[in-house]
Amino acid sequence: MTEPLLVGTDLFKMYGTTPALRGSSLTVRAGEIVAVMGSSGSGKSTLLHCLAGIVRPDDGTVVYAGREISAMSDVERSALRRRDFGFVFQFGQLVPELTCVENVALPLRLDGVRRKEAERRSREWLDRLEVGDVAGKLPGQISGGQGQRVAVARALVTEPKVVFADEPTGALDSLNGERVMQLLGQAARDTGAAVVLVTHEPRVAAYADREVVVRDGASLDLERVA
Amino acid sequence: MSIGHSFLGLLEGRPRHGYDLKRAYDERFSPGRPLHHGQVYATLSRLLKNGLVVVDGLEPGEGPERKRYAVTDAGITDVQEWLSQPEKPEPYLQSVLYTKVVLALMTGRPADEILDVQRTEHLRLMREVTRRKTGGDLAEQLICDHALFHLEADLRWLELTAARLNELAARVRP
Repeated sequence: MTEPLLVGTDLFKMYGTTPALRGSSLTVRAGEIVAVMGSSGSGKSTLLHCLAGIVRPDDGTVVYAGREISAMSDVERSALRRRDFGFVFQFGQLVPELTCVENVALPLRLDGVRRKEAERRSREWLDRLEVGDVAGKLPGQISGGQGQRVAVARALVTEPKVVFADEPTGALDSLNGERVMQLLGQAARDTGAAVVLVTHEPRVAAYADREVVVRDGASLDLERVA
Repeated sequence: MSIGHSFLGLLEGRPRHGYDLKRAYDERFSPGRPLHHGQVYATLSRLLKNGLVVVDGLEPGEGPERKRYAVTDAGITDVQEWLSQPEKPEPYLQSVLYTKVVLALMTGRPADEILDVQRTEHLRLMREVTRRKTGGDLAEQLICDHALFHLEADLRWLELTAARLNELAARVRP
């Protein structure tokens, strides 16, 4: 079996007086798709945010490729997120003033890739996600399903090691949602990226290799229990 | 699933031999769960007896499976009636699982573990069906979707029941 790539251990996080995580742990191996399931308020999104270095846990550790993210400075964490991680959220969160190809190119540009090269690579990813025809359009001019595919292209354009997807199909109808999941799953497998997929929808979770359930801030690996 | 009506529908396109009917049925309507030869010929005998199909030709020197069947006008009317009637919606009562959960609660066993084990099994099957669907043609995808929606409904029941275990326990515990 592959070595663990990302390991969250005994994570605790409070928001004010409300506990969001209470000893949650999760291990992700290179190239695997893990579905994190749980009802609203269970702590599954907080777990994703801690694993991705967006939120610092109050207690516990997050280790990525042998380095402890939870102990890194903000600058180090930002660089790691930009280079090694990709993100897809429920609502694409595309920059409305930029065209789709500019949106996809953004992480490359932030990392110092020249405009021409960044847009060439971005167009390739838009084609791969079957939305090459919207490259020159603004996010406000395309449908929700197209926008989410653009967001997936943006998450994968840097060929990250881990993609964090938080309810990536939550705002889509079932047909569009399925296609986005198929394309995300295929692209991740092609590039060898691991995916941490937060969802409350079993049909979306079924695209993953395995499932972890978060209940009351604690994660349960039911398949290992069973 | 009405095998007889499916056969009549398949025969509307053209007359077919029993084996040909079985192959078409297995491929289109029941991938992974082929009909037994006995079912095929019992169904054809019944359709013949009821005047819904006739033997359209025989290939000499071969067994009974080489009879070619054609649908009759009565058969076409029968298919039409079947297609126009809605199926009775059957609420799938989770009776076995419900019984297991209640018995566990009554006897002080961990009912949540029963639900978790079942949930894992359901999701395992959903992953399997999703893989089949991803590699399948449109017909296969639609069959898989039907299975996935049913499995998802079961999973939602499992989640709801898990969330209401304490309430249920208070009612069923002696």
